Amino acid sequence: MLKNYDDLSPTAIDFLKEIGNIGSGNAASALSQMLGKTIKMRVPDVGVLDYQSVIDEMGGPEKVTTGILVLTHGDLEGMIMFLLDDSFAQVVLSTFLGKLDVNVLQIKDDQTDFSAVVEMGNIMAGSYLKALASLTGMVIDMDVPAMTVDMMGAIMNAPMIEFSEVGDKVLFINDGFEIDNVHIKSNIIMIPTVESLNLLMKKLGVSDE
Amino acid sequence: MSNMITIGIGDLKVCRAPDVLVTYALGSCVGICLLDSVVKVGGLSHIMLPDSKASMSGSQTPMKFADSAIPILIRQMEMLGASRSRMKAKIAGGATMFTTTSEKFNIGSRNVEAVKRVLMENRIPIMAEDTGLDYGRTQLFYPESGIMEIRAAAKGTKLF
Repeated sequence: MLKNYDDLSPTAIDFLKEIGNIGSGNAASALSQMLGKTIKMRVPDVGVLDYQSVIDEMGGPEKVTTGILVLTHGDLEGMIMFLLDDSFAQVVLSTFLGKLDVNVLQIKDDQTDFSAVVEMGNIMAGSYLKALASLTGMVIDMDVPAMTVDMMGAIMNAPMIEFSEVGDKVLFINDGFEIDNVHIKSNIIMIPTVESLNLLMKKLGVSDE
Repeated sequence: MSNMITIGIGDLKVCRAPDVLVTYALGSCVGICLLDSVVKVGGLSHIMLPDSKASMSGSQTPMKFADSAIPILIRQMEMLGASRSRMKAKIAGGATMFTTTSEKFNIGSRNVEAVKRVLMENRIPIMAEDTGLDYGRTQLFYPESGIMEIRAAAKGTKLF
């Protein structure tokens, strides 16, 4: 039995990396289809990182970030979270709503803007999880996403506290992409509960003795 | 010369004026500033959870929890010459960052309640608070003046 991410073997981490790679590719192509735009993706960096490194990677605790949180159920109990920089919301809102020069800090105050960004997160999360489910044969359900735009450190309080029993590390996928020559910094973190992490390893055929 | 002392998540620090204490981006966490204004000794604790007894690892990481961190903060300030009977508190944080269907993510308000209870048990009055709602806060505390400064991404800077 694994107790947390610290117990993962190098082989198990490689499997998780591959899943993260395929899942994030699916999420990006769903985004591309919805926006009707070509997305240039680079090969993502996938790793198991501690929270502080995730915060540093996004630009520090006070860096304003869009966080989209999706709780998952079924065989995979836990959460995934998309962390995106300002350009993500700007591209989504200019494409869908024709809005330019969006102040991302005001998205929460506008129901239409908020819904558009949440819906994009919904579609990306759905395609990420669909890839994960078909690779592993797991049955995975998801809640409607919750979203906020705020300081990176404050956003990370949610997973750090709610999943503190899984340890202080998460599966971290850094998969920046480019739309219309705009570079979008994008990260995905995935945290299953300890039981689901063990089931995931079993489904992947990775022994963990 | 004053130093800026940074407090990480689940940590605490004490200092003498004119040093300044800062903790970045409180979400559902709560930052507790204590001051003895006579000797100008201050402290700041950044807690993540209400109750160490509810957690299996509670005894190993006491500074993460309201019930165990605040007594440690008081003791460390006493070691710098502060007196508990003169201590006053200012607190911030305890937001609900994400609105979900799950009860889990309401930890912010439970953190604030726990902090208030522990301060009351120690007879330390709360002079100011900026808690709850749905946004993150950076907290600075100046033991020289007793001012707590709160910075929020969308709301600018406020002094308490």
